[in-house]
Amino acid sequence: MNEAKRIRLPFTDEIVSELRAGDRLLLTGTLYVARDAAHKRLVETLDRGEPLPFDLRGATIYFMGPSPARPGRPIGAAGPTTASRMDPYSPRLIEHGLKAMIGKGTRSRAVRDALCRYKAVFLGGVGGAGALLSLTVKKAEVIAYDDLGPEAVRRLEVEGFPVTVVDDAAGRDLYEEGRAKYRKQRP
Amino acid sequence: MAIREIEISSITQVVSRLFQEACHRLPPDVLAALEKARDAEESPIARDILDSLLLNAEIAPRENIPLCQDTGLAVVWLEIGQDVHITGGDVHDAVDEGVRIGYREGYLRKSVVERPYTARVNTGDNTPADVWIDIVPGDRVRIQVLPKGAGSENMSRLTVLTPAQGREGVIDYVTKVVDEAGGNPCPPLIVGVGIGGTTEKTMMLAKKSLLRPVGQPSPDAENAALERDLLASINALGVGALGYGGTVTALAVHVETFPCHIASLPVAVNLQCHSARRGEAII
Repeated sequence: MNEAKRIRLPFTDEIVSELRAGDRLLLTGTLYVARDAAHKRLVETLDRGEPLPFDLRGATIYFMGPSPARPGRPIGAAGPTTASRMDPYSPRLIEHGLKAMIGKGTRSRAVRDALCRYKAVFLGGVGGAGALLSLTVKKAEVIAYDDLGPEAVRRLEVEGFPVTVVDDAAGRDLYEEGRAKYRKQRP
Repeated sequence: MAIREIEISSITQVVSRLFQEACHRLPPDVLAALEKARDAEESPIARDILDSLLLNAEIAPRENIPLCQDTGLAVVWLEIGQDVHITGGDVHDAVDEGVRIGYREGYLRKSVVERPYTARVNTGDNTPADVWIDIVPGDRVRIQVLPKGAGSENMSRLTVLTPAQGREGVIDYVTKVVDEAGGNPCPPLIVGVGIGGTTEKTMMLAKKSLLRPVGQPSPDAENAALERDLLASINALGVGALGYGGTVTALAVHVETFPCHIASLPVAVNLQCHSARRGEAII
């Protein structure tokens, strides 16, 4: 297996088109945290033609709802949540320049089509490694929708945040390929 | 036999402590199962993930960060000895108070919303807990806790097979549930399987089987054989750690059974993610 590639965010079209399902990456830079309720608001804001609380162009959104930070720490446990709940909203955000999403679990066909069409990727975070991932977060601040509590939009600065490319911009999917490779005849 | 008095606050304290400990430290049997999985796994990507999960399990207690941000809905089982007299308050209130204190002091995430299909406003303290009480012989109180995350709970399923479908039908169904769940419930999993009883009984069997030390076979020989066959069938799926492909999709399968109606064969599958947090204490 190849070494993990170090990537400095934001993603560009060039970097994204080189990524392949199964690649391991270590991300450094800015992630925007948003999950269910925040996605609903982001799309409603776009529908009204109003500006979003952060620039989507080149952005990476992390599907995550952290546990509370202990005093002196930027964040608590910070692992990915299930991505499929954001499927109804993601294509719209990709259309507006979103380049990458980090989460876990299978995405819809509509999301995967949007990734190919607009050159973006879906990255798998290490599900259930909330403590490990917490240590890669150097800074965290709520930047919008404070009233949503654990679902507020946060800006994170991360260093060496590990992800695996699940859905690349060429239409490949690690879940399908990985399973096909290791599937055996039922005993 | 004399009645033993137990002050209600001791239940609150134990519940609070158990959730905080469980959310920061994996039981030794879970760690051993993850290490075994890492050694057995054929996929390099999945092995790398298993290494990260073992590292996470080291970091969490050392740095006092929860193992996973989803610290779950608080499921609590109380086995109350029939020779116990609990004094000083309501048992359900005492458990909720333990959850409230444990989730606040442990910096655990509050993940419970009111009005499930409408307002979904967070209750703010992770209550109410999901509390199950059994009366048993003796003069002790046994408390078991399971902080159950939504990733795995959302992929749990229940069906009622026809009796003619039998053992093969059970294997087909359980395997299909794990296959369809894919990477969503954070494999490698512990697959809790309840067979028999009524529909609510069978799901409770499945869920409670998750309290068993990982991989400890059923004491019933037929069930133990079914556990082995189910594990082989599930691990042939190729789902692997986090669904990235691999030879270890489940760490263990735990089967619990109960007699059932002549016309029924209920089967429940309750999935537990690799962060198999649980706790137990006896008062």
